[in-house]
Amino acid sequence: MIIPEDLQYTEDHEWVKIENEIATIGITDYAQGELGDIIFIELPQPGDAVEEKASIGTIEAVKTVADIYSPMQGEIYEVNPILEDEPECVNTDPYAKGWIIKLTNFTNDTANFLTADEYKNLVQ
Amino acid sequence: MTEEILDIPIKETALYHSHVQLGAKLVPFAGYNMPVSYPNGIQSEYFTVRDEVGIFDVSHMGEFTIDGSGAESFLQKMTINDVEKLQIGEAQYSALCYPNGGIVDDLILYRKSGGYFMVVNASNIEKDFNWLCEHKTEDVNLKNVSDDYSLIALQGPKSRDILSTYTHANLKMPFYTFEDALVCGYPVMISRTGYTGELGFEIYGDANSLVYIWDELINAGVKPAGLAARDILRMEMKYCLYGNDIDKTTNPIEAGLSWITVLSKGDFIGKDALLEIKKNGSARQLISFAMEERGIPRQGYGIFLNSQKVGIVTSGTQSPKLNNGIGLAYVYRPFHKTGQNISIQIRNKFIPAKIIKPPFIKETSLHY
Repeated sequence: MIIPEDLQYTEDHEWVKIENEIATIGITDYAQGELGDIIFIELPQPGDAVEEKASIGTIEAVKTVADIYSPMQGEIYEVNPILEDEPECVNTDPYAKGWIIKLTNFTNDTANFLTADEYKNLVQ
Repeated sequence: MTEEILDIPIKETALYHSHVQLGAKLVPFAGYNMPVSYPNGIQSEYFTVRDEVGIFDVSHMGEFTIDGSGAESFLQKMTINDVEKLQIGEAQYSALCYPNGGIVDDLILYRKSGGYFMVVNASNIEKDFNWLCEHKTEDVNLKNVSDDYSLIALQGPKSRDILSTYTHANLKMPFYTFEDALVCGYPVMISRTGYTGELGFEIYGDANSLVYIWDELINAGVKPAGLAARDILRMEMKYCLYGNDIDKTTNPIEAGLSWITVLSKGDFIGKDALLEIKKNGSARQLISFAMEERGIPRQGYGIFLNSQKVGIVTSGTQSPKLNNGIGLAYVYRPFHKTGQNISIQIRNKFIPAKIIKPPFIKETSLHY
């Protein structure tokens, strides 16, 4: 299981990377493994306002369906356009090609986020 | 697919160590730690079975032997299909019912030269055995031999070719027949049955034999497939799963199992109720539906027609081959007919779907 050192994590098994006022969010390798083969992902529209911990989309996998929760309050800046045709890249490359959404104008409240080591302890 | 397990140690099949070695994702199912999928993923396992050949460990299934001079009449009373029609060497799909017509379990009954062999769902072993014991007469010997048997299912268009390299048995045996034979030199029972809709064989034997045969097949390159792929494969054929599509609150008539319900035979448990249901028509029917837009139906989702609830989904998935959401559901008459447009409530949306004539996959290797 891959848990990159340079990302921050949530207890809902999402990763967050903050760069230049943009927060990129995806699900962790552990989460994709638990979900299994992903069939499609329903995502919000750019410009939508999102609340912290609110569902911003759903991941439909073969065996199950899971909500994606926004780790922060903010505004949808972009959704990953590749996921429409290739949702499986969340399985194959969850930390790069399989990113899910980008937020802007977010509240930079990262106190609840976990470090890679803390997240590792959570899932092992 | 999960059940509460309290104080009961979880069991492992004889092939458990192989599953672990193959990197399987194991989940508790019917009291056993069972492989739900392997590292290649559910979709890949699915296509392996539809297009080539895959192997399943289904050793969790229950097995009973029934013999003695009263065995036939006992089974004729307990099961809904016609046991008198069953010849030595043949298998029969059947069910046990309660007096009200509700289903105790669905099963396969084999007639061997010395008696009968019944295969039941893992989650119902104890319930079924107790039910049979309660009704058994003195002239019937009934044994639960579930722990003595392992079971693997070799399924897919290439299953006959592969298996023929390990046995001299006549693998051209008709559908729903079986033969006692040697596979890799081990004595087993080969049955031309399965739960996938493809050409396939189920192999029953003791743990030692089946571990050897499984390893031989895996080493020969046959890919393992898990319970998740099996669930999709069976759904596409509209094969019922106990606990989803059938249970004690459903009867064989509404479940589309009239073809195994022989109301013309002598007395059997549930007959009067089933005759009544047949006469009056069941209130609802188990139907197959396909999504008309993107969406995956799942067990428990409501079915609507003009904002009126007309049914409930019992099984659902995304068909990898059709690349479309599909499902099985109970729909109330008169909305159960093929071609009927319905909507499925998926979270806060109503997604259009249509009732179709099963199976979802028409061209398979089943009768090759």
